Amino acid sequence: MSSSAETIQDFAGRRYQAGFITDIESDTVAPGLSEDVVRLISAKKGEPEWLLDWRLRAYRHWLTLTPPTWAHVHHPPIDYQDISYYSAPKQKQKLESLDEVDPELLRTYEKLGIPLLEQKMLAGVAVDAVFDSVSVATTFKKKLGEMGVIFSSFSEAVKEHGELLRKYLGTVVPYTDNYYATLNSAVFSDGSFVFVPKGVRCPMELSTYFRINEARTGQFERTLIVAEEGAYVSYLEGCTAPQRDENQLHAAVVELVALDDAEIKYSTVQNWYPGDEEGKGGIYNFVTKRGACRGDRSKISWTQVETGSAITWKYPSCILQGDDSVGEFYSVALSNHRQQADTGTKMIHLGKRTSSTIVSKGISAGHGVQTYRGLVRIAKSAEGARNYTQCDSLLLGDRCKADTVPYIEVQNATARLEHEATTSKISDDQLFYCMQRGLAAEDAVNLIVNGFCKRVFRELPMEFAVEAQKLLEVSLEGAVG
Amino acid sequence: MLEIDNLHARVGDTPILKGLTLTLRPGEVAAIMGPNGSGKSTLSYVLSGRPGYEVTEGTVRFDGQDLLAMEADERARAGVFLAFQYPVEVPGVSNKVFLKAAVNACRKARGQGELDAYEFLKLFEDKRKLVGMGKELASREVNSGFSGGEKKRNEILQMAMLDPKLAILDETDSGLDIDALKAVSEGVNALRDGERAMLVITHYQRLLDHIVPDTVHVLVDGRIARTGGRELALELEERGYDWLKAEAAA
Repeated sequence: MSSSAETIQDFAGRRYQAGFITDIESDTVAPGLSEDVVRLISAKKGEPEWLLDWRLRAYRHWLTLTPPTWAHVHHPPIDYQDISYYSAPKQKQKLESLDEVDPELLRTYEKLGIPLLEQKMLAGVAVDAVFDSVSVATTFKKKLGEMGVIFSSFSEAVKEHGELLRKYLGTVVPYTDNYYATLNSAVFSDGSFVFVPKGVRCPMELSTYFRINEARTGQFERTLIVAEEGAYVSYLEGCTAPQRDENQLHAAVVELVALDDAEIKYSTVQNWYPGDEEGKGGIYNFVTKRGACRGDRSKISWTQVETGSAITWKYPSCILQGDDSVGEFYSVALSNHRQQADTGTKMIHLGKRTSSTIVSKGISAGHGVQTYRGLVRIAKSAEGARNYTQCDSLLLGDRCKADTVPYIEVQNATARLEHEATTSKISDDQLFYCMQRGLAAEDAVNLIVNGFCKRVFRELPMEFAVEAQKLLEVSLEGAVG
Repeated sequence: MLEIDNLHARVGDTPILKGLTLTLRPGEVAAIMGPNGSGKSTLSYVLSGRPGYEVTEGTVRFDGQDLLAMEADERARAGVFLAFQYPVEVPGVSNKVFLKAAVNACRKARGQGELDAYEFLKLFEDKRKLVGMGKELASREVNSGFSGGEKKRNEILQMAMLDPKLAILDETDSGLDIDALKAVSEGVNALRDGERAMLVITHYQRLLDHIVPDTVHVLVDGRIARTGGRELALELEERGYDWLKAEAAA
């Protein structure tokens, strides 16, 4: 009987496939964090005074904080003085076309199977590629520009749309929010800025590939997306990272703002290096993502497929302020080997008749540890609010772990909440049934896992869904022999 | 095409099959009957390679190959199909997706090209009609929320799609009302082609009114106690199994 348990353990034993290091000369600041470093980053980026002030306020606040300890994750203390806070590929000139991009860099994308520009253009996707911390290529800008849509790197937006950015920056995730968000506010390197003006439906999926490449360079991305009244935008974020021997810290902040009748769809496929089979060397992913449904009838939808990182600490949330606003969270998280994931969402209902949906699918294999942590809060003001929550955990093998920690706070008696949770194992019966139809054990597991995740995959844009499915397969390869 | 010789098998410490010998020709439809606990289902699991069933003695040759040396999925691709007594649910996976993966895995192993989406759908429609299944079952999740009858018919549809050389039907009649039994049997009969061998495992003779076997074997206490033609099943219907049990014990 142990044979299927064993095979599932074997299956969990595949190596990370995107592990390699690109050799590009980097403009890297020596490790360490101080007010001077914050000033240096700001100066290197030629930022205005107000932004430097904001960074410094964040830095000073950060000094008063201690790292949070409530999550079910364990790691040695991080030495923040041992991290370099700025790194940029040495390319000074602005690029006009793909030909001007460093070929080494393009090869990196190729290895990852990321069709950078041409292919994406054909597919109708504009790509703002973040290589380490500075954007090296931006496309479709012109076409978007004609519609009044701004899609640019954060640094560029600071220069060209300073006032707009200033109006929204930190209004969803204030610099005092939490340890990692505060750190990010002080030292953020770059990221993306999207602005979709009133009534405009962004004609293409906006996509950014993040990539961590500099040893000991923490990545501190900052993304801000604003959809004005009646606007719509779908944003894709995907990442992979090269194999490393030491832990890399990633503390990103994403802020979304949706005004009346606006809709923002934010999809993530995350595949950072998870560490080796002993958990050595993976990425620490401590991310703060939050969206504000400020306007009436606005909608924010988070979809995430999290397969990478040694530690994931991430709770994409919605503040449902506007009446009749809608928040959604669809998540697939996989923990294999020694990966730890503490992830979930917060749905804060403030407006009348606000509704939220949470669908979380956690998969644990090997010695993976997985926690769903979610908060649904119905404020006094939220007349007639509704929430539906479904949390399912799937266990592969008998050495992994899954926990569900739902918090529910209801202050208005008219609220209606539903919560469903299941934990299941891939059963020997299911595996045998599939194999009796001719499927190899590995294919059978993939099929079962994909079925388990279908409800979430359905929320991803088509091509992304295919990538996500592949990624899940690669992440589970070798788990059944 | 199937030669079982002196097969002994156990589950945990309990011996179930105790020297079973049986041969099956291509195209032959053999019924395996027997009282509860005689080893009927164990035989189907041992032949299909289910983990947890340990063969302690004997051999099984299938098409000249050593069947017992093969993994469950290899046996399936070589042409052994088991219609489950209790078909398993695979939530979130549609019947079509499941079958396409299975059909192509089998085709690949048999040196046939994989079917593309169009060819697959065509085959699916043909077979669906052949076994009298409704259109809507295609897009439903594998066995999820299926009635007992739908599950059994779905097994027959899978059998039609995978085109096995040997089909083992494990208590396909259990839990079926008479209409469902008829429908399932018609599906099975449509797949009798003079080439495909079938082992029809059943406790009751009523299934054999619909699927008429060439031979009937009676399994008692892990061994074939008697072999005969169609009339043996009728005799059992009348006399029950006790006289054979007594004979076997003597």
